[in-house]
Amino acid sequence: MSNQALPRPRFNAPEPERGSKAALKVEARTTPLLHGKVSEIPDAAFGWAMRLCGLAVVALLGLIVYQLVVGSQLSWHAFGWKFFAQSDWNPVEDVYGALPFMFGTIVSSLLALVIAVPLSIGVAVFITEMCPIRLRGILSFTTELLAAIPSVVYGLWAIFVLVPVLREYVQPFLAKTLGWTGLFSGPPYGIGMLAAGVILAIMIIPIISSITREVLTVVPQHQREAALALGATRWEMIRVGVLRNARAGIVGAIILGLGRALGETMAVTMVIGNRPEIAKSLFAPGYTMASVLANEFTEATGDLYLSALIEIGLALFFVTIVVNALARLMVWSVTRGQPARSLA
Amino acid sequence: MPPVSLRRRVMDHAMTGAAVLTVLLVLLPLFAIFAYLVYKGIGSINIAFLTQTPKPVGEPGGGMANAIVGSMVILGIASLLGVPLGIGAGIFLSEYGRNRYGDIVRFVSDVLNGVPSIVIGIVAYGLVVMRQKHFSALAGGVALAIMMIPTIARTTEQMLLLVPQAIREAAYGLGVSRWRTTLSITLRTATSGVITGVMLAFARVAGETAPLLFTAFGNQFWNWKSDQPTAALSLQIFTYAISPFDEWHRQAWAGALVLIILIVGAVAAVRIAVRHGTLSGA
Repeated sequence: MSNQALPRPRFNAPEPERGSKAALKVEARTTPLLHGKVSEIPDAAFGWAMRLCGLAVVALLGLIVYQLVVGSQLSWHAFGWKFFAQSDWNPVEDVYGALPFMFGTIVSSLLALVIAVPLSIGVAVFITEMCPIRLRGILSFTTELLAAIPSVVYGLWAIFVLVPVLREYVQPFLAKTLGWTGLFSGPPYGIGMLAAGVILAIMIIPIISSITREVLTVVPQHQREAALALGATRWEMIRVGVLRNARAGIVGAIILGLGRALGETMAVTMVIGNRPEIAKSLFAPGYTMASVLANEFTEATGDLYLSALIEIGLALFFVTIVVNALARLMVWSVTRGQPARSLA
Repeated sequence: MPPVSLRRRVMDHAMTGAAVLTVLLVLLPLFAIFAYLVYKGIGSINIAFLTQTPKPVGEPGGGMANAIVGSMVILGIASLLGVPLGIGAGIFLSEYGRNRYGDIVRFVSDVLNGVPSIVIGIVAYGLVVMRQKHFSALAGGVALAIMMIPTIARTTEQMLLLVPQAIREAAYGLGVSRWRTTLSITLRTATSGVITGVMLAFARVAGETAPLLFTAFGNQFWNWKSDQPTAALSLQIFTYAISPFDEWHRQAWAGALVLIILIVGAVAAVRIAVRHGTLSGA
């Protein structure tokens, strides 16, 4: 009977090893109380069953990689690296290039970040530094409620509420004021890259703001007090004492939001217009890696077609994993190993 | 104390104003979404919507009864597969995994948490649909289970770690074996926290659509077999929302409202059961 699993933070002194003196002591204390000898078998069986469950998690990841790699072999052999550099997507002639989808995924996600980052940091700063304590709980609960709404419901709302608003008011205004940049030109359909970016922004705000909030709360109180003691106003205290100390964690939160935006499927599919084109204007329709999977996977008739789609899935998988791993490292560096709240 | 210059005071107030503005801007869509859901949805929910299957295009009426049941079946399968495995992995992490192996599992489950749901759908397609040669509720359940496991594992771990070591030692001291201690003492003490984690994972996958597109596939009719294409509420909302028919749009709103009520209802029911019922832990 070993004595592991002390409920203390990670990265502390190591637990006593199985069979070490400390563990033996517990055993020695307990054994004389028992009537006769207790079988070790159930204990060992339970321990291994739990280890198996842990192993299953790792196996799942292996399984995902295996499925994606095997499934995309055909397309990989047919196109190689050119797959990611070529913008033709033509199921009729069996020619596939992922460039328009990568472009759509990156542009819509970056657009979402541009909108979501200032808003989420503002909300996080307001909740942790400015608002009265009574309001704090309510506000953080309501922003997190946004995270509980299913993606398809966001899409539904976007189609019938957001897109008309963009078409009638926002796009004409943008075209008039910023049309000269070329980013806001062309007919205002409502549906398109801009709508996708806005709905993605609404969806990732809860993630970015809740993790930013967590990061801000671990900034030591004396940093704030020191800034105030030097005569800083509240904003100066927040800028110098809080935000500067939490920089790495906030960047981590942003990248975590990016990871979510890259893989988001339904809401984007419903409003982006689903056309594999690379256009400069944000009013134009686009297509993302996730939404081409959603739309075409069940209709993919040829083997090569299916394989090309799976290769897009594989690429999406690797990008999100790299992005997420990076983000977690950055959040960890601030919260010192207390794991970031899971993305539920 | 020297007076604060006007510029700094203005800046201070401006930034406070900006922060308040961001809060309002973020709350605006939240209220808009809920208001529209209730406003558009409530008029369309009636007995027919809850008891009938979809009517062909052009005919008014019909409902999503098969989709509501289908969603429950898929979620049931997902929970059956995902909850025990997830809790098991959580027990491993907190009771056996305070070492390098645990760190690997911990990292992998965080990584799994970030995998896009549509990619999980591809995997379930390859695992189940390709073998069975047809879409099924089982495939949908497998996809959702894969999504539940990492969340449940990590929250279970965190909850078990909150249980004081002294309680475990007390059990060992009474001669209780380790597996009994883990299940009847540690896990039981953390029950309400573990169940909250499970419900979080459940709520997260309950509205998922992307992984069901090519696993459960959807169905316009009743289906009682777990190896046939099965309707799901979220799929039905998607199909109806992108259709060109007003009647279907109306039903999509109703479906969305029902979906949210079901999710919130399930979470609330379990919360109440944990607090008052037989499930209540220490």
